[in-house]
Amino acid sequence: MILTLILLTLLVLAAVWTVMTRSLMMSAVGLALTSVILSIIIFTLNSPLAGVFELSVCAGLITVVFISTMSLTKPITRTEFKKQTKDRIKRYWYMPVIIILIGLGCALMLTAPDLKPLTPAIENDVRNVMWKVRQTDVLGQIIILLAGVFGVVVLFKERKKND
Amino acid sequence: MINDNANLFLIFGIFTIILGVCGFYCIMVTKNFIRALIGLEILTKAVTLLIIAAGYVSNRIALAQSMVITLIVVEVVVISVAAGIVFGVFKQIGSLNITKMRNLKG
Repeated sequence: MILTLILLTLLVLAAVWTVMTRSLMMSAVGLALTSVILSIIIFTLNSPLAGVFELSVCAGLITVVFISTMSLTKPITRTEFKKQTKDRIKRYWYMPVIIILIGLGCALMLTAPDLKPLTPAIENDVRNVMWKVRQTDVLGQIIILLAGVFGVVVLFKERKKND
Repeated sequence: MINDNANLFLIFGIFTIILGVCGFYCIMVTKNFIRALIGLEILTKAVTLLIIAAGYVSNRIALAQSMVITLIVVEVVVISVAAGIVFGVFKQIGSLNITKMRNLKG
């Protein structure tokens, strides 16, 4: 329980740092750090497969996608950066306060849910659940992946000069 | 046992709400396209955490893992397409600032 609490606190701190840091690159790194901490939490909750997916895809692939997008776009100038820094402090300093207030409010007001006695699961193997119980999900994943591939192809397609 | 699980779920629920607020705030306040996507990612992290916690508490961890894997696949596709859109917008207006996106058709 204490380990879970420490990990959850670290997760929130990493997320806050991701949102509040000035540099966009550090923000992407912070997001990867958040993913790593989340995957550790998932591992501690006896879900190794989801943890591996989270670690490899969210902490790896998505960070690469973000950093590639940043490298393809133009960085802001030093003057713009200074101006944005002043502006950012005004906009972002409320966030830690709001988070602390909401956290305290939830901790004081919410009560533990009334859970029914546990029943044994129908299937405990992820592979069986994935391929036999949730077959429609797999079909949906394939369709979404194809839609994503077509979307990216259309977006990056070079237009003819006549257009 | 049931009480332990209920308390654990309460803790996870509170941290999920906090993460969700973090993501929403980021999306609402930012003026940068990429940072808005980062906010969306944080919201997805909150949902992942809640699904896994619910699966662990209700003894349906295999089902929860299956749903998280689906969620991660959808998340990657959404982020990839959104990154493509951001790049397309950057080619059109030369900036990642949302406030400068005023001269598009439509």
